[in-house]
Amino acid sequence: MKKRWLCLFVENEVGVLAGITGLFSGKFYNLESLTVGVTEDKSISRITIGLTGDDRTFEQVKKQLNRCVEVIKVIDYTDTAVFRKELMFVRIRGCSEKDREEIFRIAQVFDAPVVDCNRNGLLMESVKEERDNDRLIALLEKHYVNHIEVVRGGSVAVEAL
Amino acid sequence: MKITGADLFVKALRKEQVDTVFAYPGGQAIDLFNALYGVEDIRVILPRHEQGLIHAADGYARSTGRVGVCLVTSGPGATNLVTGIATANYDSVPLVCFTGQVLTGLIGNDAFQEVDIVGITRSICKYAVTVRKRENLAATIKKAFYIARSGKPGVVVVDLPKDIQRELGSDAYPDSVEIRGYNPCVPAHAGQLKKAMELLKNAMRPVFLVGGGVNISRAGTEMQKLAEITGVPVVTTIMGKGAVPASHKLYAGNIGIHGSYAANMAISRCDVLFSVGTRFNDRITGKTGQFAKGASIIHIDIDAASISRNIAVDVPIVADAKTAIAALLEMAEPLEIKEWREQVAAWKKKYPITMKKEGVTPEKIIRSINRIFERAFITTDVGQNQLWATQFLDLGEERRMLTSGGLGTMGYGLPAAIGTKIGNPETDVAVITGDGGMQMNSQELATAVIYELPVTVCILNNGYLGNVRQWQEMFFDRRYSSTCMRWRKSCDTACNKPGEDCPAYTPDFVKLAESYGAKGVRVTDEKEIDRVLKEAKSRRKVPTVIEFIIDREENVMPIVPPGNALEDMILEAGE
Repeated sequence: MKKRWLCLFVENEVGVLAGITGLFSGKFYNLESLTVGVTEDKSISRITIGLTGDDRTFEQVKKQLNRCVEVIKVIDYTDTAVFRKELMFVRIRGCSEKDREEIFRIAQVFDAPVVDCNRNGLLMESVKEERDNDRLIALLEKHYVNHIEVVRGGSVAVEAL
Repeated sequence: MKITGADLFVKALRKEQVDTVFAYPGGQAIDLFNALYGVEDIRVILPRHEQGLIHAADGYARSTGRVGVCLVTSGPGATNLVTGIATANYDSVPLVCFTGQVLTGLIGNDAFQEVDIVGITRSICKYAVTVRKRENLAATIKKAFYIARSGKPGVVVVDLPKDIQRELGSDAYPDSVEIRGYNPCVPAHAGQLKKAMELLKNAMRPVFLVGGGVNISRAGTEMQKLAEITGVPVVTTIMGKGAVPASHKLYAGNIGIHGSYAANMAISRCDVLFSVGTRFNDRITGKTGQFAKGASIIHIDIDAASISRNIAVDVPIVADAKTAIAALLEMAEPLEIKEWREQVAAWKKKYPITMKKEGVTPEKIIRSINRIFERAFITTDVGQNQLWATQFLDLGEERRMLTSGGLGTMGYGLPAAIGTKIGNPETDVAVITGDGGMQMNSQELATAVIYELPVTVCILNNGYLGNVRQWQEMFFDRRYSSTCMRWRKSCDTACNKPGEDCPAYTPDFVKLAESYGAKGVRVTDEKEIDRVLKEAKSRRKVPTVIEFIIDREENVMPIVPPGNALEDMILEAGE
């Protein structure tokens, strides 16, 4: 089982996303993350999908997606040079003064700036590869278990030049 | 000129050369029916249930090769299509289904008879869409017909809100449509075709496996030619049967769990398996690890997703069967495989599929149909009746079979025959069905009567849901759970002993037929079979229902038990 990445260009129409997610659930395909947004051509949306699967299933996933009338193009990013980033917010509540200092330090080391704060807590923003966000969460969970709220956006990806 | 959406709908049907619409009205489709009122060049057929309606459209489409058109109302009208949509799509039948929908402003409000039919059918059809703007109506219908009939054919659902039907707009209908994500006509890769042919030419024990794709693409003649030139034995799937005449000397039979010994052995022992238009469904492969073990596999299919899904393939070719076979014909030459050919013929001769019993047997009924219905379409239901039909029907150019192969939908046979007869008024149409399946759409007898469609309905009545009962007998210790159709409240809850004292069958199929105005006959003596079928065939306006009383516990043999390899078949009952 290997982590895979797909980039899809699809018609920017109602129901297309439902069709794609329905395909994954209906055929028991694994789906770990999915992001979607409109492209420079307003009639086309671009979807980035992260999934884990064996070679045979992954081939089927690609073929099944290609079969969809509304899917314009399917590109396999698994072994391609890409830039891939995920936006994540982490809110940490109930911090002591000492916690704050620690969090600001972590923010600096991880290059995940604190974008908002008040007396009760802090809000960090992290734009990184998923596994780096995973590491940041792991670290924060260790120190501030039950005090953190994580909002992850899923990855977007683009080919390197 | 400005016209209503409903009038544009009728115009679109004409432009798509639709001559028949299978339709059932309702509140949210009333404008469309109004536009069809009195229209001379489009027949509107009114079946008695939307499921019967769509199976009829399916039969019409399969038998004529044209797009079948359904028109129903919103809500229950639309949901009643669901089984038929899945049935047709699974077997690659081109249908366009128009469903009425509540006003766009009411969608999402739980309005009366509102359902999200596009959401419901998305995973069981080729394409589904709600028309949201009147200005998109023409292009959407054009697109629907194009998608339904091109590439691997399938079902398209077009949901039409009532306000769109009523709104005035342009009367223009496009001549063509382009869909950037949809390229149905990929030319076959010449290099791959050459590679496939090389592999075939060097084979010692090659076999052709012909699937439904060959029939859909009407490539039977080319396939037969290819087999004759090369001299390679031919095996078919159920859906491919008839592509090469079943009487042909190179034909070994059907593959699969109820296939012929020769066919399953040929597949198991071959060194090159050349398959065209099949998806290697679990009913044909048996234990996949043992399937065509050691053989190199070539697979031509129009659907890339069907290739290497269930069975890993050595030479994949994405192409339409007809064009690919035509290209292969140019390279074909006779192969030196006389011994192998004789081996397959010997298997075929030694282990023919036959039922030895006295009395009214399915084999005798079906062989009689072969003799009497020379040029005909035969539809089947699902279950034992279907399996016997696939075993004993002598299919080819003149006699073709329509069956729900993929979804296995009981209740398919009668309505499909009705649609077939409507599309082919000059050709005889017969149904081979069971007492269970017949009751799933028996209301369509009314449709056959009112449109004067003389279809011959052969009910093989064993008083059981026979296929499940057979499995219960063979693999579940004779625990006949919920399979007896003669069971009544007075019977034991657990009974596996059919006998003389069993309660009478209900309904009385003869009376049922007569009450609809059809001809009803019951056959209990084998000497009657030919005569009754001949009489049925000679009726030109009235459908005939023949109830054949068959042995209650007759089994479909041979059988590959679940989990076994294809060659591990049980050939005879009790073995």
